[in-house]
Amino acid sequence: MASRAGPITARATAALLGLAVAALTLGSAALTAGHATDWSLGPADGAALRFTLVQAALSALVSCLLAIPLARALARRHFAARALLIRLLAAPFLLPVVVAVLGLLAVFGRAGPVNAALTGLGLPPLSIFGLHGVVLAHVFLNLPLATRMILQGWQAIPAERFRLAMALGMPPAAQFRHLEAPMLRSVLPGALATIFLLCLTSFAVALTLGGGPSASTIELSIYQALRFEFDLGRAALLAALQFALCAAVTLATLRLTTGAVFGPGLGRPLHIPNPQGWRRLVDGAVIVLATAFLLGPLLGVTLRGLPGLAEMPAGVWPALVRSLAVAIGSALLASAIALTLALAVARGQGWLELTAMLPLSASGLVIGTGLFLAVHPSIQPEILALPVTLAVNAAMALPYLFRLLLPETRALLADYGRLSESLGLYGLTRLRLLTLPRLARPLGFGSGLAAALSMGDLGVIALFASERSETLPLLIQRLMGAYRMEAAAGAALVLVSASFALFWAFDRWGTSRAAA
Amino acid sequence: MRTIPLSAAFACLASLAAAETPVLDVYTYDSFASEWGPGPAIEKGFEESCACDLHFVTAGDGASLLARLQLEGAASAADVVVGLDTNLTAQAAATGLFAAHGQPAVTGLPTPYEDANFLPFDWGWFAFVHNRSLASPPKSFEELAASDLKIVIQDPRSSTPGLGLVMWVKAAYGDRAAEIWAGLKDNIVTVTPGWSEAYGLFLEGEADMVLSYTTSPAYHLIAESDDTKTAAAFDEGHYLQIEVAGKLGASDQPALADAFLAYLTGEAAQGVIPTTNWMYPANPLAAGLPQGFETLIQPAKSLLLSQEEAGALRDAAVAEWQAALAQ
Repeated sequence: MASRAGPITARATAALLGLAVAALTLGSAALTAGHATDWSLGPADGAALRFTLVQAALSALVSCLLAIPLARALARRHFAARALLIRLLAAPFLLPVVVAVLGLLAVFGRAGPVNAALTGLGLPPLSIFGLHGVVLAHVFLNLPLATRMILQGWQAIPAERFRLAMALGMPPAAQFRHLEAPMLRSVLPGALATIFLLCLTSFAVALTLGGGPSASTIELSIYQALRFEFDLGRAALLAALQFALCAAVTLATLRLTTGAVFGPGLGRPLHIPNPQGWRRLVDGAVIVLATAFLLGPLLGVTLRGLPGLAEMPAGVWPALVRSLAVAIGSALLASAIALTLALAVARGQGWLELTAMLPLSASGLVIGTGLFLAVHPSIQPEILALPVTLAVNAAMALPYLFRLLLPETRALLADYGRLSESLGLYGLTRLRLLTLPRLARPLGFGSGLAAALSMGDLGVIALFASERSETLPLLIQRLMGAYRMEAAAGAALVLVSASFALFWAFDRWGTSRAAA
Repeated sequence: MRTIPLSAAFACLASLAAAETPVLDVYTYDSFASEWGPGPAIEKGFEESCACDLHFVTAGDGASLLARLQLEGAASAADVVVGLDTNLTAQAAATGLFAAHGQPAVTGLPTPYEDANFLPFDWGWFAFVHNRSLASPPKSFEELAASDLKIVIQDPRSSTPGLGLVMWVKAAYGDRAAEIWAGLKDNIVTVTPGWSEAYGLFLEGEADMVLSYTTSPAYHLIAESDDTKTAAAFDEGHYLQIEVAGKLGASDQPALADAFLAYLTGEAAQGVIPTTNWMYPANPLAAGLPQGFETLIQPAKSLLLSQEEAGALRDAAVAEWQAALAQ
């Protein structure tokens, strides 16, 4: 590895940022624990842990297994509106969970088209509720992320390698063995771990679609401990359990991940060989099926939301502006931190990798509670509602951004590190001339994700918000709580559109900078 | 990024104004203070007479409200809390944060309820809501369990109606509660984290019935002119949810807090409850209930566990529910 120590200031900045992230996640849990009076787990927490692990493992496996053929088909086929489709396919990941569940129900629910077709064929109806429903929803939400992570792996294989393979007359199977399999070996552990950790903290999906109390997650136990029993000790213990799981999975990933697989390329645009014949048909079928699976529920959300647009209260618009401001702010903050940490890790500050993944295991509720305890009573919590949401959302988005950036940052240092050092290219000039253009694609995609995730977030704001700081997801929840399901569906459509527009803008910036 | 300095400025303005007019901090749940809830009308009405600024601080639901108070402890800015229910009052009383409300007892409840600290402001019966077109609605939990009807309920560990249902079965069946739950297991499509998810699933057609209130059909009838929803009357009786308000002992505005509690249970505030909170008022209205409420089912029997019983039974009843459904 080309790991030469970076400038002292960069190292120190990265270390400080890493400590800040750790303080936000671990510190808030410690503060919560500090107010505890009793330390014990509940009787059902063991079962919750088991279910949490099983559903997260299944969800990660299925998402990644399905993402491989999809990413390959997208990487090697060229068709009209391909770029548009790739962006659209990211949409489910950006959906707020409540909206995603309703979208899935529109397709797979009792009155949905899938069951209508089954009944038409004389088959028994399919219930979406149960472990399979939870996994289905998690795959729907995370397949886009897995696909993008793997697709970026394909795109990171230097074009010269494929040309060489073609020149050597390698059949597709041999290309897979020599080029694609090593790439997957380096990308998959990260993708699996990210999705596993993401599903670990699942709350609303598992509970709504789980079908009963046996589908209980640790996050639900935390919610119960904090909200219903006010048992801070149990909440802190459960949060610690979640941290331990996250640390174990992240460390395992670090061991499994191979370093940069390919040597430097010339950065030429990529033309992956696209074999014809039956392989072409299979790729086509994969793309069509995935599109139907990922966009069908989205269509459901749109159709449900349209009539509700007219019913929305005026409060939607200021809430939208607040949500947008927080989303853009947290996306920029998260990008800056992720880039700093990724560069530092690639240069050898390995411990920061664990820090950057920490927020993934953090419970939004525990962070919120810890921060609340930290500021109360010296500052009125509602004054801090938006800044706190911005900071916490940035921290929550950090792991994704970091995961997306790290492989490419490593490749960048391996490929150009020595050259730029020999040229004396440092600091801001290097950032502007080398780092930003080379990393623009993952940076644009990642900050788009961060912005969209922040748009849909409901975790922390609920504890701090007042009427003056109401965000759009909070407003939707309040509409639903007041029987106004139609208006809520309309507002959800606005939220989804805005999230997607933000994501689109960031991602477009990335691809256009990368192409330039 | 504009909104941050702006909100800070708002906060400064608010504290400047506070130097002149006293501020009454009322903690309540989200839907009470939302623009569709009773909050805005009550705020306007009370501020006309109090020469004060009524300020709502919201938390998600009754349980989060109590959790917030417990987090803040004696340093809480709250003067009054509106929206705990009788399944939470034991825990609330144990915090020692509440003072006697000193108001006369309310007279509009189906069963007598009196508590030195907690003053009822509205109430409702839990019930399973269904479409009027449902062929033969069940008349008891046992009939429901024997039927192949699909229901959605809420999780008692994260939702107050969910906890209400567990208490309902416990109050109606006592030691047979586990048996009833075992029978209901195959009727339950899913268990949602909160009321709104469950009600949404029902409206989407994912279930035949949903746990809600006998007053839910009134919303559809009055606000949407839709009379297709009704509630099933159960022979064993319906469990009550009584929502209460309380005054904080550490309040810096005790006189205003008293005035607010009197206003909350007075004719003006009680009159807005039925069509904003979709619950029954705690005191009878001179003008009677709004048109449409006469179409709602009237349970013959009301069930309610005392605060002490509810507090003592809660953990065991939830564990029983969980064990029966997890098998």
